[in-house]
Amino acid sequence: MRQDVSKAGGLVPLFGNGGWEAVIGLEIHVQLNTRTKMFCGCRVTFGEPPNTHVCPVCLGHPGVLPVINEKAVEYATRIALALECRIAEHTIFHRKNYFYPDLPKAYQISQYDLPLGVGGHLDVELEDGTLLPVGITRVHLEEDAGKLIHAGGASGRIDGADYSLVDFNRGGTPLVEIVTEPDIKSPEQARAFLMQLRNLVRQLGVSDVNMEEGSLRCDANVSVRRPEEPFGTKTELKNMNSFRFLHHGLEAEIERQIALLEAGESVVQETVHFDPVTGRVFTLRGKEEAHDYRYFPEPDLPPLELSREYVERIRASLPELPAARKERLIRQYGLSSKEAAILAADRPLADYFEAVAQATGEPRLSANWVLGDLSGYLNARGLDVEACPVTASALAELLGLVLEGTLSGKMAKEVFEAMAASGKCARDIVAERGLGQISDVAQLEAVVARVVEANPGPAEEYRQGRERVLGFFVGQVMKETGGQANPQLVNDLLRKHLGTAAKA
Amino acid sequence: MDVTGLTAWGCRELLAKREVSATELVRAYLERIYRVDGRIQAYLLVDAEGALAAASAVDAKAPGERLPWEGVPIALKDILCVKGVETTCASRILKGYRPPYDATVVAKLREAGLIFLGKLNLDEFAMGSSTENSAFQVTRNPWDLERVPGGSSGGSAACVAASEAPWALGSDTGGSIRQPASLCGVVGLKPSYGAVSRYGLVAFASSLDQIGPLTRDVRDAAALLDLIAGRDPRDSTSVGLAEPVGVPDWGGLDGLRFGVITELGGEACEPGVQEVFSTAVDAIGNLGGMCEEVSLPSVTRGVAAYYIIAPSEASSNLARFDGVRYGYRTPQAGDLYEMYVRTRSEGFGAEVKRRIMIGTYALSAGYYEAYYAQAQRTRTLIRNDFARAFERFDFLISPTSPTVAFTVGERTADPLAMYLSDLCTIPVNLAGLPAVSIPAGFSAGLPVGLQIIGPHFSEKRLLGAAHALEQYLKVERVPPLSEEAAGSAASRATREPAARVTLEDREVGG
Repeated sequence: MRQDVSKAGGLVPLFGNGGWEAVIGLEIHVQLNTRTKMFCGCRVTFGEPPNTHVCPVCLGHPGVLPVINEKAVEYATRIALALECRIAEHTIFHRKNYFYPDLPKAYQISQYDLPLGVGGHLDVELEDGTLLPVGITRVHLEEDAGKLIHAGGASGRIDGADYSLVDFNRGGTPLVEIVTEPDIKSPEQARAFLMQLRNLVRQLGVSDVNMEEGSLRCDANVSVRRPEEPFGTKTELKNMNSFRFLHHGLEAEIERQIALLEAGESVVQETVHFDPVTGRVFTLRGKEEAHDYRYFPEPDLPPLELSREYVERIRASLPELPAARKERLIRQYGLSSKEAAILAADRPLADYFEAVAQATGEPRLSANWVLGDLSGYLNARGLDVEACPVTASALAELLGLVLEGTLSGKMAKEVFEAMAASGKCARDIVAERGLGQISDVAQLEAVVARVVEANPGPAEEYRQGRERVLGFFVGQVMKETGGQANPQLVNDLLRKHLGTAAKA
Repeated sequence: MDVTGLTAWGCRELLAKREVSATELVRAYLERIYRVDGRIQAYLLVDAEGALAAASAVDAKAPGERLPWEGVPIALKDILCVKGVETTCASRILKGYRPPYDATVVAKLREAGLIFLGKLNLDEFAMGSSTENSAFQVTRNPWDLERVPGGSSGGSAACVAASEAPWALGSDTGGSIRQPASLCGVVGLKPSYGAVSRYGLVAFASSLDQIGPLTRDVRDAAALLDLIAGRDPRDSTSVGLAEPVGVPDWGGLDGLRFGVITELGGEACEPGVQEVFSTAVDAIGNLGGMCEEVSLPSVTRGVAAYYIIAPSEASSNLARFDGVRYGYRTPQAGDLYEMYVRTRSEGFGAEVKRRIMIGTYALSAGYYEAYYAQAQRTRTLIRNDFARAFERFDFLISPTSPTVAFTVGERTADPLAMYLSDLCTIPVNLAGLPAVSIPAGFSAGLPVGLQIIGPHFSEKRLLGAAHALEQYLKVERVPPLSEEAAGSAASRATREPAARVTLEDREVGG
């Protein structure tokens, strides 16, 4: 039943051409990192041997009953609050009924018309610095399915497989589903939204939010239209398990829809799968498509009543959220809006910056270093700041040497590289390499006095007003000190000595 | 020893006085099963080996180390999960299924030291009112072997009536404990929804199901309820009872007000049942109580609402029987879809399929509002009608069943007639109330039950009233069942489950 529809229509116009506009809404699943599953006491794990974390409840044996995981409710509430949703005081679970071998009860316990959170938003910082407000329709709690492995057959799908194996370790893991309004207009925006959402959820500490491991999953509802016209027919795009695939999948689907419409055909409302190997989208038309989930209230679970006090307690326990932190970084440290936004979106980096800024008392210099040399170093090596061999206090020490004049900015960069490579502290490297600037007045004054005395001719020229002779003297002092003299101090001392001599 | 007519309290006292050992008691029941069950067909599985092993463990204990109920036998409706013991729900689809865990009630009874004799027949997945929907055998009414024992806990009611166990557990979704209790002349209690944990009760309709006792008298019902009731962290809908019921000892009904539900009496019931019911009403008066008619208009819609809600929940609850993980899987499946269709078509019986289809339809997009949502609104009306009635009355009464036991095959071709068997009991489940059926007399030699309904969690008072009436009415409990030798080989051979531990396999008794 597999049909390649990528080539549908004639010429495929480039995205953005032809006056078409994409309308995208995202459906995101976040796997919570609670200790136990949503409705039973089995541990939540990843990468363990198959079916080693299962029990009668998550295997759907006859007679078992679900019990709500309180921690999962708390985590979901954290996410909903961070997305500025209204939290329902009274929320219930529904059964979503469908048959599939990875779904042991043949229904998923999910939420339907009374979700945990509704009406939130996330403002996405785009590349060009502008903000895209994206509405959050709903945030709800549900349970994950198991994993299927299809053996044999060319397609890697259940139809045509020789046999299929099920691993229920993942079955029953708590999931939070986040549904956005169709406020996204391009694959780039979708990607930026998802990145920001990932950072936000990571800051809440409720999920690993790793797309490759499946703890962050994203489906998209996509349609295209002429601007100002009503929404076109949408398709549901699935199977984009990386940020890159999300971008490519959306691009491919938007192009496919535009091509269809330009060829005078119409878009069919259906599920479309992205194939990361070919970079194309395809549909599975057939009986799988006819879904009526027959939602009804889960009779095994009483309604979940979340008191105002409970919600406020969780709200108070939330870490500073990116939007608030950005404002504070601007206010407290005088950072630019762009600098603050970058830091606020990356909690460990912002923590690092604040530690350096507070230790040095010099936010400007600290920001330049953290966003410049440090970020450059991390990006070049693909490291997270937590894995950086130079800690915040080590960097603060290095910047302290710059501020006290021991190192020039240029020398500090060299020392930073050496610190990162060796793990040694700045003072040790400066001492080992004899890199420190000579800022000792007595020591430099002796050199300056000697140089001035040894060159009476140029000294006389200086006194007669030839200012540029000063450069000659600086060169001589640098030569004598192996280039380590503090240039500013040398200048000051030379002027003093040459001037003194003139008066003498 | 002769166990005929012995109650669980009787067993307990014999054991305590050491007039009988646990092994002797278990052997006596196994012998009784051996002698009569060929005709009754109450048991789907008799665990003679397990029961005897448990009994000798009890006998090995010093008297002072024993718990009060330790060594008393019990039998379980085969819809309760017992770890490692085949649990079929009388369905081909669960043939050979051995649960990896004990139901909470089973664990509680095990802890209390009760001994499990075996698993009892029922309508497949508790769907039915005659036990004829069992995939394996038809249980007979001990008062008349041509007649059904009622259902779905027909095996439990017949087993207790025939003294094949001193008491038994059943489950009640729309009358499945009370109606067979009524038809077999035993006591059947459906506790308040939430009094007893449902964990390990294979779900039929989750919002209606409750586990409860089928016993020879009210004192036993109270004792068994106290053994199984309680809030269970594994069942979020359980709350338990505020206080144990204890031993019911009411001797009168002075000043108590009984409402006779108009809609569930009179023309709704056959004349013989009406007659017995009126003697029960007289008895209440003689005991100092007051009876007055009360109308609960919405209860007439109970059967209709029930046959939307229960099948809807069942269609979802029974979806897990898909051939993937346990139970029956079709031997011939081309692809996944075919495996599902064949497994379920071959594994489920006609009544179960009928209800799955009704429920699936009622929950479908476009029909939900008209059926499921409407039925839930009706449920609210019924609940409100009861609440209003309990402002004026301590208890409400009705016949338990509109008729006495009907003959085997009489209603199998007419599902609607079968559904109306539960006319009087269904509204109670929809309202989540406790209700007990006690033997009230006979019509043409067949037992007639009286249903007493109480407010939520009023079990202590409810059983107190039932006890007073029971003492007054003194209804015969022992059916005229001769103790012939074991059933013929032919009748044994018709009993399907091959894996069951049958008595033919071993020497029992002397």
